Amino acid sequence: MTAPAVQPSWTGRLRGRLVRALPPDQLLPDRQPVYVSSWIYVFGVLTLAAFLVVLVTGGLLAVEGPQWWHRSDAGHFVNSLHLWSVELFMAFMVIHLWGKFFMAAWRGHRAMTWITGSLCFVGSIGTAFTGYLIQSNFDAQWISTQAKDGLNAAGIGAFFNVTDFGQMLMWHVALLPFVVGVIIGVHILQVRKRGVVPPFELDPLDRVAPELRSQP
Amino acid sequence: MLLAAPINLNHPGHYLHWGVVQISVANLVVVAVMVGIFVAALLLPFPNRKRRR
Repeated sequence: MTAPAVQPSWTGRLRGRLVRALPPDQLLPDRQPVYVSSWIYVFGVLTLAAFLVVLVTGGLLAVEGPQWWHRSDAGHFVNSLHLWSVELFMAFMVIHLWGKFFMAAWRGHRAMTWITGSLCFVGSIGTAFTGYLIQSNFDAQWISTQAKDGLNAAGIGAFFNVTDFGQMLMWHVALLPFVVGVIIGVHILQVRKRGVVPPFELDPLDRVAPELRSQP
Repeated sequence: MLLAAPINLNHPGHYLHWGVVQISVANLVVVAVMVGIFVAALLLPFPNRKRRR
């Protein structure tokens, strides 16, 4: 009995490419190298956990609205959860960045992992900034009126108006979370594809003379 | 009823100046805590390390 021939459909070709790029045991591994048993490797997943709390609490705030988060006990609580999960998200991400920088985590064809991490950092700053602008309080007014002069001087105030509450709300609750979420997804897939960067003493490239490293 | 914060926050922030560098005490404390966590993550042993591959 012969195996059925692979149909030349786009779904079949796409499935083949995806399985070749990310085999299931690589996509969801149940074992990790021994060097991952260190607290410094924990901060990536801590950042991801904080991001999930940010998304859930932000979704609740979006559903209930400003009257709820300003005037009710439950609203104050969820508003605070949203703030502190963002604080933890940024802190964990920066400690993750420090650890990966001193590991030179771009080694071993991991440039895209590093680049997507950098984009996530920049996108998160923009998301946090627009979050400060839509608090609907005096703090938000102060930040927006201080920021507008700098952004106008940079020439982007015409299409990114920080005093336009509606525009900043849509950037914060729709566009930027989507962009940051996609970048985080690509970042995690890159980590799964290339694996966690090994310590310097275990990197085979470290035993090769620098002038020979770019050769196949 | 709102509970009072453990630290009185109802005043302008305290700032430190060093040449062109200006940073609030609150932000400096956060940075110091982050550096402390980073150093602790490097030095503290990870539990159950020997049972792993």
